[in-house]
Amino acid sequence: MLAKRIIPCLDVKDGRTVKGVNFVSLRDAGSAVELAGFYSSCGADELVFLDITATVEKRDTIVSLVREVSHTISIPFTVGGGIRGEEDVDRILSAGADKISVNSAAIRNPELLERLSQRFGSQCVVLALDARSNPSMPSGYEAVADGGRTPTGLDALQWASEAEARGAGEILLTSMDKDGTRDGFAVDLTRIISTNIDIPVIASGGAGKMEDFLSVFTAGKADAALAASVFHFHEIDIPELKRYLRASGIPVR
Amino acid sequence: MIAVIKYNAGNILSVMCALERLGAEAVLTDDPETIKKAERVIFPGVGEASTAMRYLDERGLSDVIRGLDQPFLGICLGMQLMCSFSEEGNTECLGIFPEHVRLFPKGQGYKIPHVGWNTVSRLSGPLFSGVPDESYFYFVHSYFVPLSSDASSVTSYDGLDFSASLSRGNFYGVQFHPEKSGEAGEMILRNFLERT
Repeated sequence: MLAKRIIPCLDVKDGRTVKGVNFVSLRDAGSAVELAGFYSSCGADELVFLDITATVEKRDTIVSLVREVSHTISIPFTVGGGIRGEEDVDRILSAGADKISVNSAAIRNPELLERLSQRFGSQCVVLALDARSNPSMPSGYEAVADGGRTPTGLDALQWASEAEARGAGEILLTSMDKDGTRDGFAVDLTRIISTNIDIPVIASGGAGKMEDFLSVFTAGKADAALAASVFHFHEIDIPELKRYLRASGIPVR
Repeated sequence: MIAVIKYNAGNILSVMCALERLGAEAVLTDDPETIKKAERVIFPGVGEASTAMRYLDERGLSDVIRGLDQPFLGICLGMQLMCSFSEEGNTECLGIFPEHVRLFPKGQGYKIPHVGWNTVSRLSGPLFSGVPDESYFYFVHSYFVPLSSDASSVTSYDGLDFSASLSRGNFYGVQFHPEKSGEAGEMILRNFLERT
């Protein structure tokens, strides 16, 4: 039976992990490669690297990081953040990433999804969709761009369906209402998107406790769940989370 | 020496990295002579079937592959291309396994592509030596090979059972990605290197 996936997300800046990663067991707490190895060994099903490097000059750091990670771990990983076009994607995939995610660039230029899926295959094109509650939208949620700063006027479900039609192979759905709250995933948003499209949905934003994962898989119909700080701060231990989910009837690896 | 067949398919680097971790000496090549002389051959692949077949035909690699007698392992698209026909681009394939590759039927309630970790059972043959039944492997594909007498393992996606791997003589194929399947995947690759 296909397992529900648990995906830690690592924020990377200038080739180093940021955001309070504090593992005493690591020799170098900023080493994305070491952290990736740690998560891979404790049962993470996939990893997402989110590149938040601000300066254009340092953007090559992500490519060398990807190359190093692909030599080290044997589970799939996605790279997102700041990807604008085919050249960026080509460099990251050639360095060994399994998938890339695009967000604002796809909103500004939806044809990018077609070009990427035709050239590289749908399986490696993830649409990162940031959504915020907006009662005036048909689905009740609006897609937002630029890390949540820019409203787009696009209905989140309509955008998800369009992205699927244009060739996205997966949707990484982040609730901007829940992100950082540790108040639980946006179960309603996740269910609306996941049950109305035919590609897998990764739920993100709001994980605080193990029960949150259970409810986003059961009521939210998510195919995978992503979190960052609860894993980085050891608040949730992945093997323990998997034991809990398995005991609750969720298929996990 | 292991030859990894180079063609216009994605993420071949992962296979090279996995072989490197196992200490195997591998070259990425599309040279027919190097492929013929290799001790073992790996045929990886993420991509589109008809484009891949055109590439192989243009370089004379299709006939080279059919004529090989050393252990040969096709991965994902590689395994699908070893079948006789694929619905992806409606293309004739290599014909090593007499199977038709089909698109997952839409509207059945499950998501397409079939992506993630799935259990594999009814294991047989040298690739699965020491691998526990119901081990998880990483899959990502939209087309599948139906159950077959050549199947050396099967998997199930929302009630649809299909071939997770095939074998016939010196030819082996796996639908999942051993190079992305953690320890279980490493066992498959090691078995290919040591037991075939």
